[in-house]
Amino acid sequence: MNVPSEYFVALSAVLFGLGAVGVVLRRSAILVFLSIELMLNAANLAIIAYARQWSATGGAHALEGQGAVFIVLAVAAAEVAVGLGILVAIFRNRVTTDVDQLSEVRA
Amino acid sequence: MIETGLNSITVVALAPLVALVGAVVNGLIGRGIREPVTGIIASVATGAGFVLSLWAFFAYPADAEGYRYVFAEFLRAGTLSVDLGFAIDQLSLVMCMVITGVGFLIHVYSIGYMKGDSGHARYFAQLNLFVAAMLVLVLADSFPLMFVGWEGVGVCSFLLIGFWYQQRDNADAARKAFIVNRIGDVGFLLAMFLTFQVFGSLDINTVTQAAPGVAFGSAALVGIGLLFLLAAAGKSAQIPLQLWLPDAMAGPTPVSALIHAATMVTAGVYLIARTGPLFAQAPAAAATVAWIGVLTALIAAIAAFAQTDIKRILAYSTISQVGFMIAAVGAGAYWAGIFHVVTHAFFKALLFLGAGSVIHAMGGEQDVRRMGGLGKRMRVTGTTSLIATLAIAGVPLLSGFFSKDAILHGTLTSPLLADAAGPLLFALLLMTAVLTAAYMFRWYYLVFAGEERLTPEVQEKVHESPAVMTVPLVILAIGSVLAGYLGIQAFLGRNLIAEWLAPVTAALDFEHLSLGAEWALIVASALAAFGGLAIGYWVYAVGKGRVAKRLDDTPIAPLARSGMGFDAVAQAVFVRPGESVAQGLSVFDRDVVDQGLVAAGGAVGLLGRLATLWQTGYVRLYALSMLAGAVVVAAIALFAGALR
Repeated sequence: MNVPSEYFVALSAVLFGLGAVGVVLRRSAILVFLSIELMLNAANLAIIAYARQWSATGGAHALEGQGAVFIVLAVAAAEVAVGLGILVAIFRNRVTTDVDQLSEVRA
Repeated sequence: MIETGLNSITVVALAPLVALVGAVVNGLIGRGIREPVTGIIASVATGAGFVLSLWAFFAYPADAEGYRYVFAEFLRAGTLSVDLGFAIDQLSLVMCMVITGVGFLIHVYSIGYMKGDSGHARYFAQLNLFVAAMLVLVLADSFPLMFVGWEGVGVCSFLLIGFWYQQRDNADAARKAFIVNRIGDVGFLLAMFLTFQVFGSLDINTVTQAAPGVAFGSAALVGIGLLFLLAAAGKSAQIPLQLWLPDAMAGPTPVSALIHAATMVTAGVYLIARTGPLFAQAPAAAATVAWIGVLTALIAAIAAFAQTDIKRILAYSTISQVGFMIAAVGAGAYWAGIFHVVTHAFFKALLFLGAGSVIHAMGGEQDVRRMGGLGKRMRVTGTTSLIATLAIAGVPLLSGFFSKDAILHGTLTSPLLADAAGPLLFALLLMTAVLTAAYMFRWYYLVFAGEERLTPEVQEKVHESPAVMTVPLVILAIGSVLAGYLGIQAFLGRNLIAEWLAPVTAALDFEHLSLGAEWALIVASALAAFGGLAIGYWVYAVGKGRVAKRLDDTPIAPLARSGMGFDAVAQAVFVRPGESVAQGLSVFDRDVVDQGLVAAGGAVGLLGRLATLWQTGYVRLYALSMLAGAVVVAAIALFAGALR
């Protein structure tokens, strides 16, 4: 069975859109994070899909897309570690993770 | 002859240096020196200059063509090369002796006059600096170096007119003198440029020797001549730049004597005498010089009648007398012009110092209407002033008679003036001579003779000045009598000054008069003097000035009082438009430039405030912006890709 790449890319777009909407609309910092992860993985999915298509045509760089995905995964993991650390610190100080209440800039 | 070492002639080159040292000593450490000492230092410095001048004078071979003492290179640029050197010849030696000799007496007098003034060190430093600059002016062998001295005397004049700068009027007078002088300086500069273009050199000797080779009456020479005339008019207070001199009386009286009577104002006469060969080739320029001189002499003489300030009368008299000198050098009678410089230096310095002695005695009073009868109370001042008055009036056997007669003779017989112009100028000068005698009689009568019109408090304190002031008066009075015998008309005896100056002044063919005409001329100038004195006696002593008062209702009186309205014209033509332009510029600056800058600053602030609206602090808004940005970038990429 050969699923066409368009399906993967379409799914990736839907996931990315969901993530973007989540980042903008959600107020809980945890859920914003979650949405960001969703966007990252949507991007990963698109990359993987193109890499698969590339290798199916016998391209010389078949593995490069998959390597890139691994790097994105690693960076995302690191980012989550740092981000969660920051979140915990903010929560300790403020007892909230509502990003709208974190605003301190006043014109 | 170029000399590089010091010998008994080039020793005069040290005179400016000595004066400069005096200025530096008084200027730098004078504050720490007690009062009479500063004056003594300054007097010694100037006196030393006089000794050096005399030394060079007696060592100087009478027929020599002039010595050059070159000690350094001044400028070199392209084909222009100017040496730093002094030209020592008959003309510059005469000027040096006048400057340092009369200057020395005025320095000594100043010790008494400036007694008790807290600025005495500054005063004597500036006085010495002036002497140094003036000596550089007359000794310079090139136009640029002469210009250095020229500017130097201008600066010192400015400083000394504004010596009591705490009073606004004095500072204004100083600025006026400086600005008007600058106009003349522009003439000097332009003349230098034109000279370099025509002759390719700025060396005075080279230029004057090359002058006869240039086409007779060529436009370039006339241009140079007229520009030098403008320069001379600035320094010598000739029409239309005579405006500054009456106001220059704001300075201390010895300054008026030294700078604004005896020396600086003769710089223009010296300049034209020095560049005589140029004028000999350009009769149009020479005739203009003569006309300017004569008109100035006449107009200033009329203005002198209407003045009531003891010094302003003398100031107009100075303008008038310098007009005589300018007329002489314009007519090509260079020796007569320089001769009048010498005699005038004596009697005019004496008149000013006499006036200073009166002002000193009266505690600052300068209005002749509140004087009178002072001759009895101040015997020495009165007697010496009488001698000076008679000398300037041109009474026979006193110095002014001989020099004025020489000038009249020169204008009548001048080869540089057209046939009709010579006698016309002669007639105008003769008339001015009559006026001179009359207004000087008025001056003397109102101050020293007639009834006393002193205020009671002044009456008590009037006293003769101390010896340090009266001795210079006596010496100057002797000079005022004897200086004339240097220049007796050639048919009566040896004309020492004409013979002495002959090797260095342009040789012109003056018309020869018959013996009868010569005698007629002498009688005419004697009659002018006595006639003028008689008119003065009749109007002011017998008529008690009633005739003059009747003139008060005519337009002449206010015109004469204001110096013939030149100030008003200058005010209307130059000062007001200048002020309007300045006002307009200031409005433009305030309303356009300043407002524009303020507005631009405000616009930036507004832009900043607009940008801060974006910075709400809401993370989700930032995220949305980022997203929107990314969408826009992606759209552009897509669009551009589609285009490709």
